[in-house]
Amino acid sequence: MDIFFDYLWAFIIGGILCVIAQVLIDKTKLTPARILVLYVCLGVFLTAIGLYEPLVELAGSGATTPLTGFGYAIAQGVKKAVDEKGLLGALTGGIGATAGGISAAISFGLIMSLIFSSKPKR
Amino acid sequence: MNEKEYGEYVEKRAKKSPIIKNCVFAFLIGGAICTLGQGFFHLYTHFGMEETDARTLVSITLIFLASLLTGLGVFDNIARIAGAGTLVPITGFSNAVSSQAIDTKSEGYILGVGAKIFTIAGPVILYGTVSGAIYGVIYYFACLIWGAK
Repeated sequence: MDIFFDYLWAFIIGGILCVIAQVLIDKTKLTPARILVLYVCLGVFLTAIGLYEPLVELAGSGATTPLTGFGYAIAQGVKKAVDEKGLLGALTGGIGATAGGISAAISFGLIMSLIFSSKPKR
Repeated sequence: MNEKEYGEYVEKRAKKSPIIKNCVFAFLIGGAICTLGQGFFHLYTHFGMEETDARTLVSITLIFLASLLTGLGVFDNIARIAGAGTLVPITGFSNAVSSQAIDTKSEGYILGVGAKIFTIAGPVILYGTVSGAIYGVIYYFACLIWGAK
């Protein structure tokens, strides 16, 4: 039953984070690229003031999969690195924590560009 | 109801329904992607992976799937319906990277793919990293002053 609620909360919180962005896209002039930047920075900020961690504990992937979760990973990484290495950690922690995601995205991106060509837009 | 009122009425109706429809699809598809992520998370931790590493691998898995679907030309069709539902999860980041890479192939691999792969990813990485660094500096001095952890 616990597992069922894990999935339910992941679905609900993940869905809500997407709906907020959808409303912003439809109601304001924010472009998708700005939404992504806004979400990452918001994730860092909410983690810094201690509000995002409880959400991750509740919703798991529902909170870590949206781009706010990317910001959460950056802030978590920075905090851990500062604890271990002092001020240097402020510069090494963020990219360190998200290295997996960034490397994966650009590596797969390059591989896909080698395999596929762009299709005419319909 | 005069002509002006009718015009306002039509405009209201015409604008309102797509937003609700968009939000429903964003909720369902965005929620489904996160639930899928949760499924991978359970799978990886079940095989003894540490939580932080499992989260990273979940992201990588979703990034791979989104990248592949982008290459196959399927992602755009889903995104057209899902809107923010595919944009906000890490799949949107991956799609932005892969579609740029594929679309700029004709401009060459160095200044085409190599540079433009970061068109959307660049701003996200830049502002994410800088806000993280600012947080790190504040956190460092806060710990020095109050000795808090």
